[in-house]
Amino acid sequence: MQGSAIRYASLTARGLLPNRWDIIAFPLVFGLLLLAARGARETLAPLSALKEPVVSLDPVNLPEYALRTTLRMLAAMIASLLFTITYGTLAAKSRRAEVVLVPLLDILQSVPVLGYISFTVAFFMSLFPGRVAGAEAAAIFAIFTSQAWNMTFSFYQSLRTVPRDLEEATRCFRFSAWQRFWRLEVPFAMPGLVWNMMMSMSGGWFFVVASEAITVGDKTITLPGIGAYLAQATAERDLRAVGWVVLTMIAVIILYDQLLFRPLVAWVDKFRFEQTGAQTAPSSWFLDLIQQSRLFRTLLHPASLLLGGFARQRLSPPPDKARIGGSRSLARAMDVVWFVAVLAVAVFALRTIIAHVASGVGWHDVLDVAKLGLFTLLRVVVLIAIASLIWVPIGVKVGLRPRLAEKIQPLAQFLAAFPANLLFPVFVVAIVRFALNPDIWLSPLIILGTQWYILFNVIAGTMAYPNDFREAATNFRMRGWQWWRRVMLPGIFPYFVTGAITAAGGAWNASIVAEAVSWGDTRVVAHGLGAYIAENTAAGDYPKIVLGIAVMSILVTAFNRLLWRPLYAYAEDRLRLD
Amino acid sequence: MVAIDTTRKPPTGEPILTVCGVSRGFERGSGGVRVLDEVDLSLRVGEIVGLLGRSGSGKSTLLRIIAGLIRPSGGQVIYRGRPVNGPADGIAMVFQTFALFPWLTVLQNVEAGLEALGVSERESRRRALSAIDLIGLDGFESAYPRELSGGMRQRVGFARALVVEPTILLLDEPFSALDVLTAETIRTDLLDLWIERRLPTKSILLVTHNIEEAVFMCDRILLFSSNPGRVAAEIEVPFPHPRNRLDSAFRQMVDDIYAKMTARPTIGVPGQLPKLQIGSRLPPVSTNVIAGLIETVAAPPYNGKADLPEIARTLQFEIDDLFPVVELLQYLGFAEITDGDIVLSAAARTFADLDTQARKTMFAERLLASVPLAQHIRHVLDERPGHQAPRVRFEQELEDYLSDSAAEETLDAIISWARYAEIFAYDDVAEMFSLEDPGG
Repeated sequence: MQGSAIRYASLTARGLLPNRWDIIAFPLVFGLLLLAARGARETLAPLSALKEPVVSLDPVNLPEYALRTTLRMLAAMIASLLFTITYGTLAAKSRRAEVVLVPLLDILQSVPVLGYISFTVAFFMSLFPGRVAGAEAAAIFAIFTSQAWNMTFSFYQSLRTVPRDLEEATRCFRFSAWQRFWRLEVPFAMPGLVWNMMMSMSGGWFFVVASEAITVGDKTITLPGIGAYLAQATAERDLRAVGWVVLTMIAVIILYDQLLFRPLVAWVDKFRFEQTGAQTAPSSWFLDLIQQSRLFRTLLHPASLLLGGFARQRLSPPPDKARIGGSRSLARAMDVVWFVAVLAVAVFALRTIIAHVASGVGWHDVLDVAKLGLFTLLRVVVLIAIASLIWVPIGVKVGLRPRLAEKIQPLAQFLAAFPANLLFPVFVVAIVRFALNPDIWLSPLIILGTQWYILFNVIAGTMAYPNDFREAATNFRMRGWQWWRRVMLPGIFPYFVTGAITAAGGAWNASIVAEAVSWGDTRVVAHGLGAYIAENTAAGDYPKIVLGIAVMSILVTAFNRLLWRPLYAYAEDRLRLD
Repeated sequence: MVAIDTTRKPPTGEPILTVCGVSRGFERGSGGVRVLDEVDLSLRVGEIVGLLGRSGSGKSTLLRIIAGLIRPSGGQVIYRGRPVNGPADGIAMVFQTFALFPWLTVLQNVEAGLEALGVSERESRRRALSAIDLIGLDGFESAYPRELSGGMRQRVGFARALVVEPTILLLDEPFSALDVLTAETIRTDLLDLWIERRLPTKSILLVTHNIEEAVFMCDRILLFSSNPGRVAAEIEVPFPHPRNRLDSAFRQMVDDIYAKMTARPTIGVPGQLPKLQIGSRLPPVSTNVIAGLIETVAAPPYNGKADLPEIARTLQFEIDDLFPVVELLQYLGFAEITDGDIVLSAAARTFADLDTQARKTMFAERLLASVPLAQHIRHVLDERPGHQAPRVRFEQELEDYLSDSAAEETLDAIISWARYAEIFAYDDVAEMFSLEDPGG
């Protein structure tokens, strides 16, 4: 699995993006979110707050809360899968859809996850007035937004890179589009998709915790679950309860890994495209149990028959009618119509956004927010740098000892999945007790949960480092700084960049939770864009929320374009060892 | 052509597929370069036809047009009296890369060929098992492709194609990814099935760049020339099966085809290559191979003159490896080709005796004298004040004559020669040509 980290991450490197379309994608995303929020507010009758308190701090309730949290995660994952398959397929199959959908996806994933919740809470709650279902839907949607985008990118990239000979073979044997999809395209995309599902899941725990207890203006969501339990514990200043919730989370993540993802990863290995059996195949005791026990096999047999039959249908005209090519001039005319339509919608969306934001904020707000954005940017950059300085040497040392790495690697992956916001209260207690400067001491929180991506990618890179090179370096007696600079760092650089991209993305998202933290009624706030968004979300000030989130999206996108993507391209181009 | 006793009449069956004036250009209309130019051929019942040519001669493109996978830009393919507009019933293909689904077992892979035809599950199982049996894969039904050797994988490829009972079997260099022994075994097995009429197939079309393979298997060989791809010659192979590769008539035919393919009878004087132009495509040939071939031919037992098929066998070179080197030697004035023999020039004999530095100097002189592109780049660098020029400048120039990939390949080739000859330098990070010598 270590080797696959870089491989599948590279699928999302997105060299195919047509940049000018971003200009259209941006207003589309924000316009839509805004309309959803506004429409909801208008139809919204004064909402009776959900009954309080929903959550009891008795640890006996924790298993039930854990189950409900997990079910939310699963529901979001299913939604993400459906979204991935439809959106990804559409983007890959239709040239016209592609030019809009791909940049759109890029913007969608630069919007901070908790930003979606600020926008959409009102909308979802108005769908089910006065009932918990609305709040549930909002929370699930928030988790969905943390999972879907990278899965979709992975799927889209896989569909675009289906090996040509296999594609020709399916056409030669006259598979229908439906058959080709299930026989070739989905299986081919499977390993990348599962890898990204895992990544999404580990990111998702953070947001499920954050979205179970959130206040937007006069609407407060409190859903029974781990996150709400934590919120309650924080409000009541109960450190013991925080301890319980941490333990529960550890148990949940381990179970989830053993019962869902280990088996999935082991199973999906058969869809690996490389024909060589060089790597050791991942294994899972649970998958073995399923595949070898007669009971499970009997239970699963009808399902597999059904799925097989499902994939075997043709569902399209007989092959003799299918022709290659079509009218050129008609296609070109349609292109123009399509482009004009998209442009019109984008302009309309942009006007709506500007009008809305202008109604509540002035130019000085924009300047203010830009300044706050730079603070957060500085925080992200400095902390990624510090985390790299710490974890790169450690990761290399660990990676050079395969036995040790085998033990550390799962731990690092576990830490990456662990929702760091569970630990925030502990930091707040310390900051309050020692009267520390929040601008400095809250900063580590934004990287607390995501620094592990750097560690485990570096370990993976070191483990994949060819032994020949190491032996050559030893033979030429290279050591010290020369060894790092000439031998090891270039070799692990692509892996490091992959890890750092993930870590930075996570840090931006975490800033909304991490820059403004409370403990009971003590509130500790740092200067930053994250705090700005959090405070205005609590106050329900929509124009300011839109402004804050838009600025953050722009910063994230710019950061990606100007730093990460060139770095990634450089690493791919010059420093690949295979 | 060759004096051979025709013991068996050439196949006289009805044509089942006809290719009429098929052309195909590059996607961009660049200088009218065509991959295929006005190709005609017909497949008749009971024959194996070979399309023999070097890589880039368009033979694989033609095969894909016949399979209905791509569309010709001119002309048409008639099959069973109707034009081919897409993958047609009764035409199956075996791929060079096997193209098996790694996530399906051998049996499932073979059944996949039937799935699209809507054959019932039971019937499809029966037919798949019998195809597996026919092709000698019994016992491997439940294996996954990654567990199999290359030879076994290609057998799956054959079984998958044969299970649909194709009228025409298209083979796209099916043996070129296999080692020599494995390839020979599968070839003979296939021929046995064909001769014993145990295949449902009426005609086989084989694309190959291996001359011996073509003579060994085919009843008729169509020789493809490159740039543009067209049928340069048609050769009947009258030997009865099984054929003996060591038979003198067999060897003679292989030699003749070598001669034809190096002589380029369509352009200019036989044995004489047209001069290189600035926009000529240059083959990616390593200077080590150039020096190596000169040394080999200069040394005993050849002493300056060698039979090309023999050299190819000794060095285990396919024609795609050998011909580009030979051509380059001709361009550089290091060798002549006559009747399938390579004859070194006096310059080449001198070259063989020189030390490394002197060889470089000589190679540099020859390169500047006979490769206009090298001359051109050097000239531009000399003229410019900073003695530097970006790669893209020359790439754009080349793209007036060549496709994007060919232009790139040509520049890469000239860079590697120029580095050896030390006539100019190239910085791959900055993508800049310069006269600077990084060592000096």
